Amino acid sequence: MFSVDLLRDAVVLGLLLGCFYAAVSIGLSISFGLLDVPQVAHPAFLVLASYGVFWLNDRYDIDPLVAGLIITPLFFVLGVITYRIYHETFERRGSDAAVRGIAFFFGVAFIIEVLIILQFGVDQQSVTASYIGKAWRFGGMRIPLRQLVAFGVALALTGVLALYLSKTFMGRAIRAVAQDEEGLRLMGANPVRIKQFAFGIATAVLGLAGALLIIVAPVEPTLDRVYIGRTFCVVVMAGLGSISGTLLASIILGVAETIVLTMFGASWAPAISFTLLLAVLAVRPQGLLGR
Amino acid sequence: MNRRMLIGWATAVVALGLTSAVYAEEPPIKIGMSMPQTGGLAGGGKPSLLGIQIWRDDVNAKGGLLGRKVELVVYDDKSSAAETPALYAKLIDVDKVDLLFAPYATVPTAPIMPLVKQRGLLLMGNFSFQVNSKIHHDMWFNNAPWGPADSWATGFLGLGQKAGGKSVALLSADQEFAQNLITTARDVAKKMGLNIVFDQSYPPSTAEFSGIIRALGAAKPDIVFVASYPPDSAGIMRAVNEIGVGDNVKIFGGAMVGLQFASVMENMGSLLNGVVNYNTWLPEPSMYFDGTKDFFEKYTKRAVEAKVDPLGYYIAPYGYAMGQMIEEAVNATKSLDQKTLAKYLRENTHKTIVGQISYAEDGEWKQSATLEAQFRGIKDKNMDQFRQAGKQVILFPANLKTGDLITPFEAAR
Repeated sequence: MFSVDLLRDAVVLGLLLGCFYAAVSIGLSISFGLLDVPQVAHPAFLVLASYGVFWLNDRYDIDPLVAGLIITPLFFVLGVITYRIYHETFERRGSDAAVRGIAFFFGVAFIIEVLIILQFGVDQQSVTASYIGKAWRFGGMRIPLRQLVAFGVALALTGVLALYLSKTFMGRAIRAVAQDEEGLRLMGANPVRIKQFAFGIATAVLGLAGALLIIVAPVEPTLDRVYIGRTFCVVVMAGLGSISGTLLASIILGVAETIVLTMFGASWAPAISFTLLLAVLAVRPQGLLGR
Repeated sequence: MNRRMLIGWATAVVALGLTSAVYAEEPPIKIGMSMPQTGGLAGGGKPSLLGIQIWRDDVNAKGGLLGRKVELVVYDDKSSAAETPALYAKLIDVDKVDLLFAPYATVPTAPIMPLVKQRGLLLMGNFSFQVNSKIHHDMWFNNAPWGPADSWATGFLGLGQKAGGKSVALLSADQEFAQNLITTARDVAKKMGLNIVFDQSYPPSTAEFSGIIRALGAAKPDIVFVASYPPDSAGIMRAVNEIGVGDNVKIFGGAMVGLQFASVMENMGSLLNGVVNYNTWLPEPSMYFDGTKDFFEKYTKRAVEAKVDPLGYYIAPYGYAMGQMIEEAVNATKSLDQKTLAKYLRENTHKTIVGQISYAEDGEWKQSATLEAQFRGIKDKNMDQFRQAGKQVILFPANLKTGDLITPFEAAR
């Protein structure tokens, strides 16, 4: 079935969905894209952040976005500690660190999942906020407010991170460590400390991203499995380490997925992310905005 | 007391002690199962297990079965169909269990059906749907009240048609359970002369349903039959509330798994109003049988400690009933022989806390007791409201009915 209204709605909803994908992927763009750390536990940290937001919302009635901001510093510390353990036990010890690191981060993901189950049980959890469950009527369209919130926060998050990485001294140091770690060391800087800080930032942004995750839909302990493929797909398609590329790739993915879902049938939607990834890599092996 | 009497007493005490020792050393009857305790189905698996554990404790308090204690051997199958064949092979060959219960749900159960058939073992089914339809195992007995394959869709679509519905939209998860259901719904819709205007399956990884619901609404159906799994049901309902499905929808719901679980219902609150969905047990006057009240008193206490669904209406009493049926069969036949038990289960009617159960040839209930109930007057963030009668009014089947459908869907919200 084709109609212009349906196509218009699919594009708008896809744009919103894409921005949400950007928010949940942007931390991975730093940890995996810039730092070369095989952070497969990224979605598990994301779900953990959602549960943190749920706890604050449920217990103290704090708005999910404010709760996300509250847990952000905690996630920074968590990221720093996680990287330090990874560095000391794997990265420092040899050339196959990445392969063994994958096992390490899978283990971390599994531990997080089990801890969530022990603490919160296996049931779905969700948050309450004035913008959840309502829609904004615009012309003939009804746009979910929760998606608009995710859209706004994702754009702000991307903008702040892009500015931070390009305009601040620490941001440029993070880019430098991604390009030439040895060169940075010869200049007297400590690349491990810079990477540790960057990994902290990559994990800290999950505080807000986790808030968006539970705002957009209820969460359950194993939800990370749904997002692992999608987030890595976005980061690789974007071009490793490119923040603006992450936003662009996410929007393309969100719009394509929603158009297929709406116009051609939901069964085809999962194939879209990896078809697009293969198509982009065939034309631009470095990704959309990768160098 | 003279010496002869003393010796007599001493002999009696020793003999009693020896007898007790022999009784105490009788090995337990082992009942083996896997259960989803992690993963997407854990929300159903854990209450199911608690229901079975309450039965085990009750039966052991009465002295066990055939004078032997009942012991459960349980593994976590992580909600994965890939795990269950190996786990059941281990239960049979290594743990050497006496009897088998199936895991909760269709997806983990389907792959063990060929194994139990090949080994000629009795399997008590646990809320799976039509897993025996192609295997034809004659020692399979499902505890779920689904009954004949088409009864589920017949109940819902019949209500829709009675309300004046002429067209139907079918939305389903791309999962074994949902696909089995939607296949029968498709057939029933055709038989009823309903025009299928939308028929889509979405993949399990779908994160956002706004687009699908927008497309569904554009098809302008009168009846919307949804077969979804727990992670998706909440997403679908949110999207329905925000995007809308259209004023002409007379009835919405059908087979949404998840809307029976306390946490999901509490989280969704007023979004549920108007939805007509299947269920298996509800606190309505027509649903109380011998032992039902006692069971829920025990369950409510233990659910808090076990951190499982605090209501436990959907699956837990059927876990208990599964044990009751085995208890009745073992006590009646004085045997653990699989064929003898299967013959007894097939030929008799069983009295349980969820009502009387008798089985058809395919191991499903002869008569469906699957409820279609409409959510009414639900408020946000209030768990206890679901313990009251009148919040989920039973519309189908006729013998359990406690009210009539409010239609159209938007009016019922």
